[in-house]
Amino acid sequence: MRLDDLIVKRSEWLRGEGPESSIAMSTRVRVARNLKGRLYFSRANKKEREETLNILFAGVKKSSFFKDALFLKVREISDTDKQFLVERHLMSREHAEDIASKGLVIEEKEIASILLNEEDHIRLQVIESGFNVLEAWKAVDNIDTDLSKHMQFDFSNKFGYLTSCPTNTGTGLRASVMLHLSALAMTSQIDGVFDAISKLGLTMRGFYGEGTEAIGDFYQISNQVALGYSEEDILDNLERIIKKIISRERETRINFLRIKKFEIEDRIQRSYGTLRSAKIITSSETIKLLSAIRLGIDLGIIKDVDIKKINEVLLLTQPAHLQKVAGKEIPPYERDIKRSDFIREKLGVA
Amino acid sequence: MKCEMCKKKDATVHLTEVINEKVSKLHLCEDCAKEKSEEMHAHFGLTDLLAGLMEFDAAIQEGATGEDVGVKCPSCGMTYFDFQKSGRLGCGNCYEIFSKELGELLVKIHGSNKHVGKMPFKGKEVVREQEKLQDLKNNLKALVQAEEFEKAALLRDTIKEIEDKLEGKTSSDDQNVTG
Repeated sequence: MRLDDLIVKRSEWLRGEGPESSIAMSTRVRVARNLKGRLYFSRANKKEREETLNILFAGVKKSSFFKDALFLKVREISDTDKQFLVERHLMSREHAEDIASKGLVIEEKEIASILLNEEDHIRLQVIESGFNVLEAWKAVDNIDTDLSKHMQFDFSNKFGYLTSCPTNTGTGLRASVMLHLSALAMTSQIDGVFDAISKLGLTMRGFYGEGTEAIGDFYQISNQVALGYSEEDILDNLERIIKKIISRERETRINFLRIKKFEIEDRIQRSYGTLRSAKIITSSETIKLLSAIRLGIDLGIIKDVDIKKINEVLLLTQPAHLQKVAGKEIPPYERDIKRSDFIREKLGVA
Repeated sequence: MKCEMCKKKDATVHLTEVINEKVSKLHLCEDCAKEKSEEMHAHFGLTDLLAGLMEFDAAIQEGATGEDVGVKCPSCGMTYFDFQKSGRLGCGNCYEIFSKELGELLVKIHGSNKHVGKMPFKGKEVVREQEKLQDLKNNLKALVQAEEFEKAALLRDTIKEIEDKLEGKTSSDDQNVTG
């Protein structure tokens, strides 16, 4: 498998299927692991980092899960490709920036991937479409167990899996669900959600955009507590709270349609109209408009496209994806023109 | 709505900050939001949060010398002071060396410092044996206190056996990893 093969394949999490997929876009579960007896990345010198990377590559190659996987050294990946991998959720921004002695393994179906020599030696992640916490965990669990047959992980009887940052110590587990919370955002209920979940050992952040910026009402909710509970209990807690948020979003959507039918239809149809007729469009405007259309599909206002296509356009119109599809580097302004062309083509506008 | 920072452009980004459970909102244009976001990254990272949890010892913070700073991890050379500055540990052995401090910190972060979840395939057996060993050692103490020396002597032999076995196992595991 080569990196360029990914562009013609579709990420599993884009399927737009799976439980609650009209509100929950995708579920990601990751675990952090370190090799016993090796210095952690931030403390290791160049030589030690390079040695660790080789041990990690050799260890992962022994696992049957990664038989046909793509093994990459981050320093050998071009800038556009790195951004492409970040947009695809296969690499963290941090991992793409400080590139020395860092590795990436992408499993053939692109469901599982491993960051090597990140803050921790191993960050193993699985992404599934929709709201699928337990499925994603089962996959991570199986792969992690297999990896632990080929490498010895840093583990303490008392503290559990040892990690560079103590916020991950214990299970090393972080599960995140990406939610599309248009109605809660429109009614300003999102602040209440923020407030409530921080008290329940969870965190929430805007998905698109840096830091706390949230474009298109996509939010990612994750567990913060990783120690003192079993993986199943941590995930169960997350799942129960997210179920509540999803049902609140759904109720609010339905109420909206009852009380403000014309306003909501107007907003959605205008977004659809803009997207179908724009000649120049930025990535962030695209996300905002696609967000409205996604809502429109769920509410039955827009019937001629499906969620799967919208998810696909959402990813493929990101800057690096756009350039990969075009097969060349495109400067930002031209990208905005190219993006609108691409969207019209995808939405079947002549 | 105009941007609250430059007061010129339209506010298109709506930030919600949660500090000490207080929610404050900020409406910004994209340029100011970018600036603000960079500023927040620069001034307020995880390290600051951790430092807040760690309750700096004033003596360590102000003009501490190498000796005052205390124990160094023999494997990676890190002191607890280094960790407080960076928020990142240097190696697995740090957990052993700073066990007490980290134990307290972990409670503040997670509400607990006792792992109850999954164990790795390699080492699972070792962990179980270690747990058993600890139990036996506690029993031994009780027997000695109760002056049941004969039973204590037998138990001590059993403990010695498990310890020998464990030592062999750990070193052979290590060989597997490097080999």
